[in-house]
Amino acid sequence: MTATTKPPVATAAPRLIYERPELLAEESTHYCPGCGHGVVHRLVAEVLGELGLGPRTIAVVGVGCAVFAYDYLRVDFCEAPHGRAPAVATGIRRVRPDAFVLTYQGDGDMAAIGTAEIVHAAARGELITAVFVNNGVYGMTGGQMAPTTLLGQRTTSTPGGREAALHGCPLPITEMLALLPGVAYAARGSVVDPVAIGRTKAYLKKACEVQLAGAGFAIVEVISTCPVGWGMTPRESIDWLRDAVAEVYPPGVLVDRTKTVPVVPAPATPASEG
Amino acid sequence: MTRRVLMKGNEAIAEAAIAAGCDAYFGYPITPQAELLEWMARRMPELGRAFVQAESELGAINMALGAAATGARVLVSSSSPGISLMGEGMSYMAGSELPVVVVNVMRGGPGLGSIQPSQSDYFQATKGHGHGDYRVPVLAPSAIAEAIDLVPTAFEIAERYRTPVMILADGIMGQAMEPVEPRFRTLPPPAPDWALTGARGRPPRVVHSLHLQPEDLEAHNRDLQAKFRAIEAAETRWAEEGVADAEVAIVAYGTAARVARTAMARAREAGMKVGLFRPISLWPFPSAALRDLALRLRAILVVELSAGQMVEDVRLAVEGRAPVLFHGRTGGMVPTPDEVVAALRRGFVVTDPSFDAETDPLGLICAAGGRR
Repeated sequence: MTATTKPPVATAAPRLIYERPELLAEESTHYCPGCGHGVVHRLVAEVLGELGLGPRTIAVVGVGCAVFAYDYLRVDFCEAPHGRAPAVATGIRRVRPDAFVLTYQGDGDMAAIGTAEIVHAAARGELITAVFVNNGVYGMTGGQMAPTTLLGQRTTSTPGGREAALHGCPLPITEMLALLPGVAYAARGSVVDPVAIGRTKAYLKKACEVQLAGAGFAIVEVISTCPVGWGMTPRESIDWLRDAVAEVYPPGVLVDRTKTVPVVPAPATPASEG
Repeated sequence: MTRRVLMKGNEAIAEAAIAAGCDAYFGYPITPQAELLEWMARRMPELGRAFVQAESELGAINMALGAAATGARVLVSSSSPGISLMGEGMSYMAGSELPVVVVNVMRGGPGLGSIQPSQSDYFQATKGHGHGDYRVPVLAPSAIAEAIDLVPTAFEIAERYRTPVMILADGIMGQAMEPVEPRFRTLPPPAPDWALTGARGRPPRVVHSLHLQPEDLEAHNRDLQAKFRAIEAAETRWAEEGVADAEVAIVAYGTAARVARTAMARAREAGMKVGLFRPISLWPFPSAALRDLALRLRAILVVELSAGQMVEDVRLAVEGRAPVLFHGRTGGMVPTPDEVVAALRRGFVVTDPSFDAETDPLGLICAAGGRR
């Protein structure tokens, strides 16, 4: 027996490189195959866990497919009426200055029925971290047109495809919010591939740190897939997300006003507090 | 004796809420309750408490939902059109079992209506606001001093039963000034064991109204109904004046009861034995007490600043034990005491065979049988 029979890597101590985040419940989700919500849930669980925010977090969930996020993320949750999550979060914020407040909304919830609430929470610069999952349709109700639906896209309420003259153009709500001085940070990520998912996690982490630093409102839009609502296979939906959706909603940082406001990174809280 | 001070109803309600220990106020400007919001805008920040002028009444009630979910003591206020918008949040808060006190300083409707006082939201307050099988306790003060007493009571009911509670006033109650003794009741801070405070050292909590499994939602509704029965048993409030020898009783609440009281005095001067039955809780409605009283009466006259809303509950309560007449004014018009005395005279002849229920001698909305 010689030393060359054992590859060097096998002699290294075992190293854990992937595990379930502590804040992600051991539940199978109700999401359809190929849906991006599960990925975003995991990213939220990872970021909150890494920043030690689990025991401080009060999350608000909107109405739509992600209403059951409270079954999957192990933090305190408040269900909001459709579109009202930013108002509910404002109420929590104003009486619980010690809490970490996070909202999780879809595109129908935020960009249609909830436009007033999101615009004014952002305009007030509420210390809230908003997670906004944009999959371009109303998934829960069967794939109707959302304000974010692409031109030409067929949905159950635009069977001939979305037409600008009839249905208006896609609504870039995050760009609109980025105009407001109260918005300290706005970014758009994607779940299209591992690189994009890694960037999205970095955006989410920054958006949490912005709140901890008291810099203002922070939002991360995540363009995501809805294969069932789009009438595609999961594979096709990834291609559509990369080619069509990202063209209208390009990922990247839309505004970062913390460059003029110093952001202090959150001190890591001991995991034992969870 | 405490020195009496002149206070506007809106301001008195606001200050009573502050004294009771209100942690947060959310509102949106609307006449005739704007002074309440303005009072809170000044006082709440002074005390280091939360005040937000919301983007809409939808925003305000949902901010209240969020704050209440963390266990805070929360007040919101509005007037009729704004309460319609708050109906959504009222339903969610009832379903999620969250305490909140909602003040409605009623104005005339429907639609934009007027900014004048009205009682035309009785149906909305006692039977409605939002969707779903739920009830909300409604307290109707008839004087500013009574409003000061009822505000802490409303918080107590809201927290004891984990439910929204409404204070139903009208434009006169909100805008009028009265001398009051500024004795405000302070409540101990709420200590809920269900509130969202961050899952530190305990399993996560969820405040929600969604129950997708039919068995779950039915069980939840059964629990809610049991709670509403408990509220009916313990929180029914009313006042009686001069009913011991009364042959005809006026049933009226809020501002209408004040007019009725004057009318009662004038009627008694004219030899008519008239009493006043004043519901203070509109839901639960004091049906049993009114039914007992009806057995001793020749007739009941319901007086409202509406086209006839509470009169339906009165008729349901008395179940034909006495004829029920109605006199109401709408649009911001307030019945005069003499109008009410004229209507009372009909109460003394209602059993006469020559009485024509469909004839309205005042040319107003007061036909006895019109709304039967």
